[in-house]
Amino acid sequence: MSVDWLQVLDAEGNVDKSLEPALDNKTLEKFYRTMVLTRLFDDKALKLQRQGRMLTFGSCLGHEGCQIGSAFALEPDDWFFPYFREHGVQIARGIPMKFIYIYWMGSEDANMNLPPKNFTVAIPVATQIPHAVGAAWAAKIRKQNIAVAVYLGDGATSEGDFHEGMNFAGVFKTPTVFICENNQYAISLPREKQTASQTLAQKALAYGFEGIQVDGNDALAVYSATKAALQKAKSGGGPTLIECFTYRLGAHTTSDDPTKYRQNAEVEEWRKKDPIKRFRLYLEKKGIWNQSYEDNLVKDCTAEVEKAVEEAEAYAPVVENMFKYVYAEITPGLKEQMDELQSFIAKRKEG
Amino acid sequence: MAKLNMVQAINLALHEEMEKDPSVVVMGEDVGVDGGVFRVTEGLLNKFGSDRVIDTPLAESGIVGTAIGMAVSGLKPVAEIQFEGFSYMTIDQLATHASRIRYRSRGTYHCPLVVRMPYGGGVRALEHHSEAVATFYIHIPGLKVVIPSTPYDAKGLLLSSIRDPDPVIFFEPKRLYRAFREEVPEGDYTVPLGEGKKLTEGNDVTVICWGAMVKVCQEAIEKVRDISVELIDLRTLSPLDENLIMDSVRKTGRCVVVHEEPRTLGLGAEIIARINEKAFLSLEAPVKRVTGYDIPVPLPKLEDYYLPDPEKVAQAIRETAGF
Repeated sequence: MSVDWLQVLDAEGNVDKSLEPALDNKTLEKFYRTMVLTRLFDDKALKLQRQGRMLTFGSCLGHEGCQIGSAFALEPDDWFFPYFREHGVQIARGIPMKFIYIYWMGSEDANMNLPPKNFTVAIPVATQIPHAVGAAWAAKIRKQNIAVAVYLGDGATSEGDFHEGMNFAGVFKTPTVFICENNQYAISLPREKQTASQTLAQKALAYGFEGIQVDGNDALAVYSATKAALQKAKSGGGPTLIECFTYRLGAHTTSDDPTKYRQNAEVEEWRKKDPIKRFRLYLEKKGIWNQSYEDNLVKDCTAEVEKAVEEAEAYAPVVENMFKYVYAEITPGLKEQMDELQSFIAKRKEG
Repeated sequence: MAKLNMVQAINLALHEEMEKDPSVVVMGEDVGVDGGVFRVTEGLLNKFGSDRVIDTPLAESGIVGTAIGMAVSGLKPVAEIQFEGFSYMTIDQLATHASRIRYRSRGTYHCPLVVRMPYGGGVRALEHHSEAVATFYIHIPGLKVVIPSTPYDAKGLLLSSIRDPDPVIFFEPKRLYRAFREEVPEGDYTVPLGEGKKLTEGNDVTVICWGAMVKVCQEAIEKVRDISVELIDLRTLSPLDENLIMDSVRKTGRCVVVHEEPRTLGLGAEIIARINEKAFLSLEAPVKRVTGYDIPVPLPKLEDYYLPDPEKVAQAIRETAGF
């Protein structure tokens, strides 16, 4: 029993031809565009948060390789269960940025517009894992030829729900792909203090299925590993744990100060392995990318982000929705409480 | 029509609903081959197979967590937690997810999940096997909480719970599992959620109870035959059938609430608060509570002191009537 390591693109964008996935130029451009868009989305969110226009926000800076690489391996009919840093996957899965912003600006109303098979963000760590296993199990029982991707961080691997979810997945051979973005820190706790396991991927072996370690800053490696895991899942081969070895270049969230627990030199080392930079170099070597290509792309993506922010900020949440969606049908007690609040609001307006 | 006990009635409901609706699956520890430690799920595995009657690993959060994933993707899982004292592990998944999926997703997703569990004392059991824990679940917005007190209601309420589009916690009073039989029709009928039942008409004192306490209260009434008691079995604890309570209290002006759960912040407290808000001027006496004490449920040697019994309830009725 062992854990394999997969890298297709090195930090300088050199490709291992024997492992290069067969993707046409158009698809590669889509990968690159979505990574750039995600970074601009993320950067804008941080700025908005600093101006008091967003809630606490967990940046995905540095995760673009794991997120876009895996997301484009999924089919629209495959389920996606996120944790709270999956902005890149959400964008790649076609969730309009406007709604991602509305959620992180503080309204659940955003989720009214989730496209099918995209589940809501899970804030409590690892709690989404059993859901993904259950959804995969349901697909298996109903003989639907789909798989389920669930995203988690390195910290999640210490939670009970990780153990229970992985164990159920192994026992029932559910078509689940566990995508662990090991970004080396759970807030302040470094990876080696999270677990004494040598890798996170090897944990899968104890549950009776395959674990693989992938260079998480290499979108092509993550894509290939995810694609293979999904195919295996759909052909009855059961679950896979993919440990994407990456780094959180930003803070845990806007409420966190990472200088308290890690050295700048370490961050700088990881910047050299930036997932977007290496993809850009790869595209340049392929003759797709040049500076004016970049300028046009950034201009387009920036405009897209600005439009999404404008629309998100124009959204006014609906008070009634607080009560309306607790049960399928509002209960008499909740109706009374809703009326109480609304008459209070009306009186306050009258002054 | 067959006379069934509560175990048989619940078993019949599961058989019939699984027959009728292929999206219903039963899952939990020992529910398949063993038929459940109380035999509630007996015969289901043979009839419906291991895809629909699933013996799970021993993991309560995993059972409910995976059931949530099934529920949001089109199945209707009926998960069994073997004993209420082990249900605390499920509260995380129920409070952080099952109860708020509809709310958080603004109706994009919902969670038609039933979690069944035996509860309550009076069966001479080990520690953690005699608890009444409904209060925890009543306090979680987005869950419904149901407790039947008869075989007939158990079947009808379970069918309503499985068909309900929202998560339902279905408590089964283990003390009444085999306590008595009554006629339980085969075939489809439901008892609606959110509706209590008036078991006796009376003018002097309203007695409100549910689950295993219904039988205790019925025996108490026999001891106070000179007092006209209106006995209410709530059947659903969340949402509460407030109209039934208020109509009765406005008539009698006197009320006793009986529950097995510990007193502090038990549902009795909420019922009394609502009576204060809505029927205060009808009251002729303070509303009394007969409840479990605010202590861990004692082991069987002292358990009888802990539980409300007919004598304690009869005394409370007398005191309230004579106030």
